[in-house]
Amino acid sequence: MRNANPWQAAVAAGVLLLAVACGSGGGGTGGGGAAERKSVGKGEGRVDLIAWAGYAEDGSNDPRADWVHPFEKQTGCKVNTKIAGTSDEMVSLMKTGQYDTVSASGDATLRLIAAGDVAPVNTRLVPNYRDIFSGLKMRPFNSKNGKMYGIPHGRGANLLMYRTDKVSPAPDSWKAVFDGAPKYSGKVTAYDSPIYIADAALYLMKTRPALGIKDPYALDRTQLDAAVALLKKQRQYVGEYWSDYQKEVTAFKGGDSVIGTTWQVIANTATAQKAPVKAVLPKEGATGWSDTWMVSAKAAHPNCAYKWLNWIVSPKVNAQVAEFFGEAPANAKACRETADPHHCAVYHADDEAYYRRVHFWTTPVPQCLDGRKNVTCTDYAQWTRAWTEIKG
Amino acid sequence: MSVTEREPGARARLAALLAPPLLWLILAYLGSLAVLLLSAFWTTDPFTSDVVHSFTADNFREILTDPVYRTVALRTLGIAVVVTLLDALLALPMAFFMAWVATGRLRRALLVAVLTPLWAGYLVKAYAWRVMLGEHGIVNAVLAPLGLHGPGYGTTAVVIVLAYLWLPYMILPLHAALERLPAHHLEASADLGAGTLRTLRSVVAPAVRPALLAGSVFTFSLSLGDYLTVQIVGGRTQLLGNVIASQVTLDLPLAAALSAVPVVLVVCYLAAVRRAGALDSL
Repeated sequence: MRNANPWQAAVAAGVLLLAVACGSGGGGTGGGGAAERKSVGKGEGRVDLIAWAGYAEDGSNDPRADWVHPFEKQTGCKVNTKIAGTSDEMVSLMKTGQYDTVSASGDATLRLIAAGDVAPVNTRLVPNYRDIFSGLKMRPFNSKNGKMYGIPHGRGANLLMYRTDKVSPAPDSWKAVFDGAPKYSGKVTAYDSPIYIADAALYLMKTRPALGIKDPYALDRTQLDAAVALLKKQRQYVGEYWSDYQKEVTAFKGGDSVIGTTWQVIANTATAQKAPVKAVLPKEGATGWSDTWMVSAKAAHPNCAYKWLNWIVSPKVNAQVAEFFGEAPANAKACRETADPHHCAVYHADDEAYYRRVHFWTTPVPQCLDGRKNVTCTDYAQWTRAWTEIKG
Repeated sequence: MSVTEREPGARARLAALLAPPLLWLILAYLGSLAVLLLSAFWTTDPFTSDVVHSFTADNFREILTDPVYRTVALRTLGIAVVVTLLDALLALPMAFFMAWVATGRLRRALLVAVLTPLWAGYLVKAYAWRVMLGEHGIVNAVLAPLGLHGPGYGTTAVVIVLAYLWLPYMILPLHAALERLPAHHLEASADLGAGTLRTLRSVVAPAVRPALLAGSVFTFSLSLGDYLTVQIVGGRTQLLGNVIASQVTLDLPLAAALSAVPVVLVVCYLAAVRRAGALDSL
C-alpha cells in the first residue's frame, strides 16, 4: 500500500482528537447557577437578540414600524437581531451563549431555565415591570422558585388563515384543516414543528371526547397516537409545511396555500401585500403563545439587555409591537397608546376568561400537566420523533 | 533522481511546506468527522436538549430499526441517483456540442453561459425556481395553453431544481475530457474501418467515462447533502438533510448518527467509482 503512512497519521490524529473530546466532555450540565443582577450600569454599546419575526422591527419591513432605531439612539446599544422560526431554534441558539436576550415562548422558557441557559431577572431593575398585567406575573412558564426569569412581552393565539376567494363557506372550525382537508387537497398548510401536534390534540379534545384529552400538552401514549394518526391523514392534503413566516406569506399570496394555521402578523403582512386572506379564531379555541424576554446566563452585554427589556415593555413600544404583530400587549398602560383605541379589547388583553380558551405553548413532560397521576405522559423527545414520522 | 539526494535540506523544506495543509486536512477535516462520529454515541436530556456524555449505540439502533429513517434515506438516495442521471443526459450532448461543434465566439459564449449561474447565490436560484414553479408561476403559465399543469412543489420540483443547480459540475469535466480527445484518434478509428457507433464505443466512451464518473461524484454527493432546496420547493417532502437539520436543534447525537448515513452512501459510491477505474487518471 503506497499510501500507508498518511493513513496511519490520520488515524493517529483521529484517536488523539477522540481522547481530547472525551476529556473535555465531563463538564456536565449545571442547572440555573447564574444569579440575578444587582444593578444596571452603562450600556456596552451593543445587544444581541433572538426574536420572533415582528418583535424587533427597525423599519426595514414597514417604515412605520421602527422601535429599534429610537432604542439605539436613546441607549447607545446597537441592536443585532436574529429571527427564529420555532421555539426549538431559539433554544439551540441560546445554547451557543452568543446572545444576550430572547423572546421565548412557554415551550422554550422552562427548557432554558432547566438547562441553566438563562438567568433570573431582577424585576426592580426594569421599572416598566410594575405595569405588566398581574395575570402574566409569576406564572409557571416564566418563573421558578418565586423568581421571575424574564419580563412578559405579550400573548396571542395561533389562528386559522384562509384565502377568501378560494375557501367558502368561511371556516369557523379547525375541521377545515383536518376532517375537511380533502376539499383543499394540496393547498393545506401547517406549522413545521413538533408543537403542532398540540393543534391536532386540541381538535380531538373537542371532537372525540372519548379519548379524554384535558390538556393538548398532556397526552398519554394512546392520545398521542390518535393525534399522530390525524396528522398523518392531514399530511396527504398538505401542500407544504412552514416555519419561515416569509415562506407562508408568499405561499398564500401565490395561491399555493389556501388554508392553514398562521400568526396574526403573517395575515397582516399578506394583507398589506394585497393577498385576499382572513385569519379567524376557530370555535374550538386555539393553541397560542405567551412570550417572555429572558436574559442569557452568559450575556456579554447584560446592561444593554436590561435596557432592551425595559424598552420593549414600555407602554408606547409595547403598544407598537402588539399592534404590528397582532397580539395582546403585556403592559396595561400600552392599551392607552395603541393607534386603534380598541386594540386591547379586540385582543382581550386583560380578559383571563378568553385566554382560558387559548392553550399556551408548553413543553410536554412525563408528569402529566393536567394532573393525572396514574399514567405517564409523552415528553417532547417523543413528540419530536412522532413529528419526523408524521412527515414521513 | 529525486531532489532529496542532491540537496540534504530539501526534505526538511518539503516537510515544512506540506505540514500546514496536511495538518489542516487532518485536524479540521478528518478531526471534525471523528468528533461527529463520536458524538453520535452520546445522548441528550429529553427536556433541556443538553448533550449527556454517556456512551450508547441507541441512536444507531434507532436509525436502523425505525422505518421512517429507511424511507427518508431511500428517498434521498433515489433523488440523488435521478438527479445524476438527468444531469448526465443533459450534459453529454451539451459538452459534445461545446467541444466539437461550436467554434470560436460561440464556444466561448456557451462556456460563459454554463459558468455564469455558478456566480449567482444558491438561495437566489432556489427562490427563483420557487416563484417559477408556483401556482401562478411561469411554468404553469406556459403549460396552461397545452392543457397541462406544472409539478407544483414536491419531489419532482426538488429533482428539477437540483439537476439545474448541479448541471455545471457535470458539463465542465465532460467538456474538458472531450476537448482533450485528439481529433486524429477519431480519424485513425475511421481509417481502420470503424463506423460512428464503433468509434463512440471504443474511442470516445473510454475517454469520457472517467469525466462522467467524476462529474457524477459531484452531482450525487451534493444532492445527498442538500436540504435547503427541499425546504424551498419540496412542499411536504423531507430528505436526510432536513431530518438532520430538524434534529440538530433538539437531539444533536441523533443528528450526528443520521449524518453518518450520507457519509456511508458517499463512501460506498466512491468505492464503486474507484472500482470502475475512474479515479486512476486523477
